[in-house]
Amino acid sequence: MSSVLYDTPGPRAKRRNVLLSVVFTVLLALLLWWVWQKMDDKNQLEWSLWEPFTTSAAWTTYLLPGLGDTLKAAAISMLIALPLGAVFGIARMSDHAWVRGAAGTVVEFFRAIPVLLLMLFANEFYVRSTDISSEQRPLYAVVTGLVLYNASVLAEIVRAGILSLPKGQTEAAYAVGLRKGQTMTSVLLPQAVTAMLPAIVSQLVVIVKDTALGGVMLGFTELLNSRSTLAANYANVIPSFIVVGIIYIILNFLLTSFAGWLERRLRRSKKSTGAVLGEDTVEVNPAAVGGTFGTGGEGGGPSGFTFNDKPPR
Amino acid sequence: MFDFLEGYDVLGAFWMTVKLTALSAVGSLIWGTLLAAMRVSPVPLMRGFGTAYVNIVRNIPLTVIIVFTSLGLADIFGVTMGAADNFDVQGFRLAVLGFVAYTAAFVCEAIRSGINTVPLGQAEAARAIGLNFTQTLRLIVLPQAFRSVIGPLANVLIALTKNTTVAAAIGVAEAATLMKTMIENEAQTLAIGAVFAFGFLVLTLPTGLLLGWLAKRLAVKR
Repeated sequence: MSSVLYDTPGPRAKRRNVLLSVVFTVLLALLLWWVWQKMDDKNQLEWSLWEPFTTSAAWTTYLLPGLGDTLKAAAISMLIALPLGAVFGIARMSDHAWVRGAAGTVVEFFRAIPVLLLMLFANEFYVRSTDISSEQRPLYAVVTGLVLYNASVLAEIVRAGILSLPKGQTEAAYAVGLRKGQTMTSVLLPQAVTAMLPAIVSQLVVIVKDTALGGVMLGFTELLNSRSTLAANYANVIPSFIVVGIIYIILNFLLTSFAGWLERRLRRSKKSTGAVLGEDTVEVNPAAVGGTFGTGGEGGGPSGFTFNDKPPR
Repeated sequence: MFDFLEGYDVLGAFWMTVKLTALSAVGSLIWGTLLAAMRVSPVPLMRGFGTAYVNIVRNIPLTVIIVFTSLGLADIFGVTMGAADNFDVQGFRLAVLGFVAYTAAFVCEAIRSGINTVPLGQAEAARAIGLNFTQTLRLIVLPQAFRSVIGPLANVLIALTKNTTVAAAIGVAEAATLMKTMIENEAQTLAIGAVFAFGFLVLTLPTGLLLGWLAKRLAVKR
């Protein structure tokens, strides 16, 4: 691969690359060896610590129910946050200043607050003001925190999606006599949703990762929490962390890959405008308070996304 | 009206949040830049390592990483970060280590996207006058890339500020830890929530505005 930064290597560069590769391999091997030694020292490599993961009991008692709760909280949060986000995103573009202002304040406020604070607050609120049973409460608190935060982020994604459409779409809709609401629901929103899909799927990764907060801070029985029960039972802290880490990586990697596949597919399709809100198309406006646990690309979408200046198509 | 604040060191807790953020930001900027350099380097093995690191770390919840630094690194492997006897200092340093490891992946991706904004011709010109890879990267590409990624990096910084609350999971005495204690002990849930929300608004909004202004000023106009 020849890149911006270097040419196709000649004989000298090839030799240098080989040398660097060797040095890097040695360093990496030393690091791995050190980790391996350390694990051996602390008896973390003993089969008895890993053996539980080959039995079905560890999976059916701890890991799968935990994963189930993680997915349940993520799915519920997404299902509530998405319509809420759409409403707020559209409200931020309203013609009425007070609607715009109110929606803008709500969105910016909940994006600036850490999700953990929202969850802690929601938990305490449910303790004091409702009679939700204490087994159900952590789930409610986690979902509330996730919904408040992610609805605000999704609101910005929706807004960016609508703003990414060519102006002619609105003009044409008005020209054929559609009213404002009709233009939004039958022309702009459907196109925006296709453009937004990859960013929305990426946001799921952020939600899945954030459920882990509820496990540590609120006693929600999700994957990370199940890990500690499992480790307490089998006394295998390190192996349990490694296995749970791998489960998270696989799960989120699948979601990320799906988002990437969706993005490429949508870019190809002729029906859309060609504008797709992906990780690299969205340039993030720093003035806004964006992204949490999946900062950077993953839908940390703040106000006023600027798109690639290239015209669509 | 705010007498529920008495007996609690709210400012101290936010100062801890600021310290966590600042140290983690510096650390992750350095490690993230190194990772980005690896990801664009001519050595395939380094590129592979960079890619693997970013994809693995980005997909693990930060909470898992932070809890691991405490339960795994410290308790099992005895990594005490030079503070074996002082539990508070140890927790703080372990948290910073976790934040650096996690945030660097996002810093790396931001810088890499910045490198992609530098036109091909620039690097070609640099090579034409005889600069090698390191010189091209250091003198031509990175300075321009950094100026164009102030915006995305600001977002990473703001996210990091909010993420430092996860240190509450290992008992570091920062804002979220204090809020949890206060909210459990005091009656004024709403007022406490408002105080901490305000604290984070004070930390994040000016950072965003300042860096947004800088990003606009310093962006390389093309």
